[in-house]
Amino acid sequence: MLKDLFYYLIYPGFLFVAVAGGLLSFFDRKITAWVQFRKGPPLLQPFYDFFKLLLVKETIIPAKGSRITFLLAPVFSLFGATVSSVLIFLPLLGIKTGFTGDVIVIFYLLTIPSLTYIIGALASGNPFASVGASREMKLVVSYELSFLLVLIALIIKSDMSISLYDIINAQQPANAFIGSISGVILFIVAIFCLQAKLGLVPFDMAEAETEITHGSFIEYSGSAYALIKLTKYIMLFTLPAFIIALFMRGINLEGIGILWAILKVLAVVLILTLIRNTNPRVRISQAMRFFFVWMNLLAIIAIVLIFFGY
Amino acid sequence: MDESAGYYCDCFDIFWVLKFKKLGFKEFCFKKSLFLFHFGGASCNNCDIEILDCLTPRYDVERFGMQLVGSVRHADVLLVNGSINKKDKPRLLEIYNQAPKPIIVVAIGACGCTGGIFAEGNTFAGPVDKIIPVDAYIPGCPPKPEAILAGIVKLLSK
Ligand code: SF4
Repeated sequence: MLKDLFYYLIYPGFLFVAVAGGLLSFFDRKITAWVQFRKGPPLLQPFYDFFKLLLVKETIIPAKGSRITFLLAPVFSLFGATVSSVLIFLPLLGIKTGFTGDVIVIFYLLTIPSLTYIIGALASGNPFASVGASREMKLVVSYELSFLLVLIALIIKSDMSISLYDIINAQQPANAFIGSISGVILFIVAIFCLQAKLGLVPFDMAEAETEITHGSFIEYSGSAYALIKLTKYIMLFTLPAFIIALFMRGINLEGIGILWAILKVLAVVLILTLIRNTNPRVRISQAMRFFFVWMNLLAIIAIVLIFFGY
Repeated sequence: MDESAGYYCDCFDIFWVLKFKKLGFKEFCFKKSLFLFHFGGASCNNCDIEILDCLTPRYDVERFGMQLVGSVRHADVLLVNGSINKKDKPRLLEIYNQAPKPIIVVAIGACGCTGGIFAEGNTFAGPVDKIIPVDAYIPGCPPKPEAILAGIVKLLSK
């Protein structure tokens, strides 16, 4: 019981992923600054932002909105992110949970933040927020299918095991999944799904600052917005870790392995950051076509390749 | 030595501990992370351009932890520039009332501070500080980005 609480609240749960996610968010902003030849924010900037919003600022509840739903949505998004991170990190750190089928549960838990953003935005009663919510809904519908196809392909590749621990162990030291042709194709699809799940630039139409002024989050202020920021930090760590578990044989925390683990996470976040800095925002119809036609096509090609043993 | 120089560096600067002790945790976080919201009144557009200049690589206000936000609900600083005429006045008041407190108001440019060349126009509705309380004035027509940064640093080390 005490051990479970430790898992959920401290390591590898809430506290660990929040701190690591904050540092990764700094990494993302610093790389962005370097790409644009700027100097960038200080190291602890994400934590300053979070504590300022949480402790200093006033939380305003919109007059026309639904009060309880509006305030509970960020709390639930934080729950969803934390629980999914625990389920991902336990197998990743080599702790066997004895939970078969957790890949499917993780898949559902990872959609909870997006769903709660939609609910919170619709509860705020702001027209811009509802535009943002409708865009987020369309985006969820389009990328979830591709993400599910990636998971199905990996399950087939690892001899039909649906537990994350077995998927990690099915990859031998010499042949991680990313080392094969189908693995590379699936990795590309997964990276674009991550980009859309995190709401980074080519797919950030749900919170487009310049056209609908932060869309879904327009009415959030103070502590409620702080929780949303924290969820974003956690997702920025959890999703790359999930990709590393699925494609790169997880991580190994002995000796030099720690360095490799950090490098793997930084490499995945670096890819996401570079994509976000070199692309303009696309329209929602373009994003839907991109996922429905091209990404699904790539994922299906990868599945066919897996059947032929590539 | 000028204490405000510490704001140019990373969190490793030597004033970090000093400031932290002086300000307390909440105030320290607030000053290290200001989100800016830009309200352009009836401006001649020069001040808007100079404000945007501060975000460009050459001046880069993100190293102070500042960031331009699109929604006033996230804002900590309200940058007001341009003369405020009769149509702008209710909108400025509404924006100010919608912002979560504490909020810092900065009047930028001669128009924001006093009315500038529009002060005697027949639609003019008073400089910004007649409408909402102002914390800092940055004069100039338009103020250089350096002047805006200097004003911000002064505000931070107040
Ligand atoms: S202060 Fe000068 S530059 Fe700025 S808006 Fe007024 S007239 Fe234009």
